[in-house]
Amino acid sequence: MAPAFVAPGRRLDKAVEALMVWILRLGGWASVLVTFGIIGTLVTESAPFFARVPVVRLVQDTMWTPLFSEPQYGIGALLAGTMVTTLVALSVAVPLGTILAIYLSEFAPARFRELVKPMLELLSAVPTVVYGYFALLALTPLLQMLYPDLPQFSMLSAGLIMGIMIVPYVTSLGEDSMRSVPMLLREGAYALGDGKLGVAVRVVFPGAFSGLAAAYVLAISRAVGETMIVAIAAGLQPRMTINPLESAATVTAFIVQVSLGDLPHGSIGYQSIFVAGAMLFLLTLGFNLAGHVLRKKFHRAS
Amino acid sequence: MLPETIILDLERRAHRRRGIDRWFGRLGMVLTLITLGILAVLLLNLAVSGLARIDWHFLTSFPSRRAAEAGILSAWVGTLLLMVVTASVAIPFGIAAGIYLEEYAPKNKWTDFIEINIANLAGVPSILYGLMALGLFVYSFRFGQSILSGGLALACLVLPIVIVATRESLRSIPATIREAAFALGATRWQAVWHHLLPYSTGGIATGVILAMSRAIGESAPLITIGALTFIAFLPPPAVISHPPFLSFEWLFSPYSALPIQMFNWVSRPGEEFHANAAAAGLVLMVITLSMNGVAILIRRRAQRNIHW
Repeated sequence: MAPAFVAPGRRLDKAVEALMVWILRLGGWASVLVTFGIIGTLVTESAPFFARVPVVRLVQDTMWTPLFSEPQYGIGALLAGTMVTTLVALSVAVPLGTILAIYLSEFAPARFRELVKPMLELLSAVPTVVYGYFALLALTPLLQMLYPDLPQFSMLSAGLIMGIMIVPYVTSLGEDSMRSVPMLLREGAYALGDGKLGVAVRVVFPGAFSGLAAAYVLAISRAVGETMIVAIAAGLQPRMTINPLESAATVTAFIVQVSLGDLPHGSIGYQSIFVAGAMLFLLTLGFNLAGHVLRKKFHRAS
Repeated sequence: MLPETIILDLERRAHRRRGIDRWFGRLGMVLTLITLGILAVLLLNLAVSGLARIDWHFLTSFPSRRAAEAGILSAWVGTLLLMVVTASVAIPFGIAAGIYLEEYAPKNKWTDFIEINIANLAGVPSILYGLMALGLFVYSFRFGQSILSGGLALACLVLPIVIVATRESLRSIPATIREAAFALGATRWQAVWHHLLPYSTGGIATGVILAMSRAIGESAPLITIGALTFIAFLPPPAVISHPPFLSFEWLFSPYSALPIQMFNWVSRPGEEFHANAAAAGLVLMVITLSMNGVAILIRRRAQRNIHW
């Protein structure tokens, strides 16, 4: 049955509504388009590379020198650099970030926490090129005083600064998930006579674990994809090494190094950065999805 | 009655636990201050090496082969123009996507996919946006190594930040507000436009400012699309003297940007260029940190004024 009375202007309202739904939906699609843009570009621009170079050589070769006259395509040399800098960064960010999260969530007075949290977030707002400057021109000379043999470019220095950069990711996500652990659980443990730290470690930490794990995984993703710090301070020479005291290029640093030169469309250099990019995308996609799933799981549980 | 020895033992344990707690509290406090101290050391370090270089000449000169004469004119103009492009793309699309996902999208597989997609986009390394821009904007769309390509790359990069901020501030508005609007006969869009958007302005503004501050500091995506060249000129002006008085030629102009200029100076050998880098870094830090400060203030104010 048709409505008995239609308010004046109602039809216009409906038309505007229909139009807006489409405009807003377009916005939602834009984000999907960006993803397709990234994947599509990585696939189409690196495909000619794989037409020229058999995939096994990525694993077989031990050096990454795609621009040499006798090229080698061992992407492991780049992955080693990425792995070492990431591990150094995590060895700073995971313990420090976790302790800060426990402290801010369980120990710090509320006013202090509200003051400090936004200030900690500033650490991840610093432009990465500034961190790179700091690693190369402030931290490296400092480390060289302790260990004179340290080269000018080292994965150690870049990794340590990268660790500082990702502390806020661990702390803020970790603190949020620890604070959402129900008070009842804490009170139960206190009633049994446990102290604050005991409750934090034995009750809150396990209760918030999937949230914390999400924080760690997202921190890994950040470290793997970080570019400017390593490009400035860790060196641009691909090297198959796991010694953080040496210099070595990461996947991201390689892309920067090649981009700095002349880069004709379709050259092997051009294709090789898309191969490195595809590698990077797959790595971070894995971590991002794992982080997303863990966060969802945590929100459902709490 | 418990025997005396057990009570003594329990007291000793409780005492020890309190000791451990106090000790950890101090450790946490010290580590927090140290971590914040690093930020201070960073600023101080830049100021010591760079403050002396910052003067009117530095802000109004082009880069030069002679470190003492070099300036950041083309860099900050480039950054400003990039931000115009980035903001005019990322803000409308981001807010639209946020509203769609929070207020309109049906709960189905497709919406789940868009959500996972945004969560992943937020974690995609910035340099991959540069590679996408290189393949897509520079070569496929033939925008060249221009302000337009760079601005679009940065817009894609910060899009998830704007979307997430929009969604979160919409989500914090109670459902009763929407129901009240619907009960009075408002369409969904009318509820959004007259009620939900005004209430979430604070949250959205915070997100937009943080997104822009992120975009200003990004250099990796711009390097891959070839921004690292010697730029000693300004893009053509947007306002011209003859009709139609507005020109968009600047969109296709080559450019430099603050973080790019800083990277250029860091990677050159020589104390003098490093001093320039520190000065450019200081300018960059002042911009991004004050933007973040403003964002924090807006968020504080929005939280304080609204009581549902």
